[in-house]
Amino acid sequence: MVNLIWAFMAIIGIVYAMFNGTMEEVNKAVFESANEAVTLSIGLISVLVFWLGIMRIAEEAGLLRGLAKIFRPVVVRLFPDIPKDHPAIGYILSNITANMFGLGNAATPMGIKAMEQMKKLSGSDEASRSMITFLAINTSSLTLIPTTVIAIRMQYDSMSPTEIVGTTIIATLIGTMSAILIDRLFYYQSTRRK
Amino acid sequence: MVFITQVSLWIIPLFIMVVLLVGTWKRVPSYELFVEGGKEGVKMAFSLLPFLVGMIVAISIFRSSGALDAIIGLISPVLLFFGVPPEIVPLALIKPISGSAALGVTTELIATHGPDSFIGRLASTMQGSTDTTLYILTVYFGAIGIRKMGYALKVGLLADLVAIIAAIVIVTLVFS
Repeated sequence: MVNLIWAFMAIIGIVYAMFNGTMEEVNKAVFESANEAVTLSIGLISVLVFWLGIMRIAEEAGLLRGLAKIFRPVVVRLFPDIPKDHPAIGYILSNITANMFGLGNAATPMGIKAMEQMKKLSGSDEASRSMITFLAINTSSLTLIPTTVIAIRMQYDSMSPTEIVGTTIIATLIGTMSAILIDRLFYYQSTRRK
Repeated sequence: MVFITQVSLWIIPLFIMVVLLVGTWKRVPSYELFVEGGKEGVKMAFSLLPFLVGMIVAISIFRSSGALDAIIGLISPVLLFFGVPPEIVPLALIKPISGSAALGVTTELIATHGPDSFIGRLASTMQGSTDTTLYILTVYFGAIGIRKMGYALKVGLLADLVAIIAAIVIVTLVFS
């Protein structure tokens, strides 16, 4: 699926450019965006190193296990494939908590650690049920405070920059709940096929 | 609101402090563990690099050729029929694909139509209410080497669609 989407975005773009004289823009885009992607990856190093370092201490000190114990009931229901005391639960929780406070940069390394733990559990290169559930929750964005948007609204002299917080929270909640529902639906469909 | 802004400001330093306090109290070798964990971060960033280059280049070919704008032009009459302003369509299409591009579109919409206009409020709500599915999929599955994604992409994109529709309905109900 991703292979097809990826290839066709580029193919459609190039074919469209052939007939519309935008080849020059496409050429520029190829090299400029590759450059942009490398800069982005290099920029991630600082955040990843710092947070993975801190999270390593938290893990060794038993903090992740403690956090997992408190929220165990909810998460166990969402991820029935993961054993109750598994470190993956702790990483999932820290990822979700960081996302809620709009700390995307802190959430990503924890999310990757959670994925790593889930891969250890499944032991294959195929996405497991819990990985997809975790992705669904992440892609629907549990943000409670849309800080960037508020900052932009302030810059353009909004009468009330924060008036969209309420509508954002409701939209996010609906989005996340339907993500979990859609995920369940696809999971049961895939088990029936086997 | 002041409370929430304060929380966002305090949470990271407090989190670091708690981790270091508990670590010291439990007598784990904090600094050595930090360095050890940090090394993983370097490896991780480099393993992400080819995934990001591949995805970002394909998206910008699609965008810069004008194909994305053409698709938007095709579907905007249908949306107008359902009361969705066509100005918002580029944002809805780009949001699941590229976070930085979406932020660019949101900023542009707010600048053109004003933050307190219907379109400005709708763009603000949409920007905050879904995340970039394709980026998250690329980064998370790329970092741990997942090749078969199963139904993950379908779930992510469908959830985005629901969140976008929810944003349109809620903003219409609350602000007009």
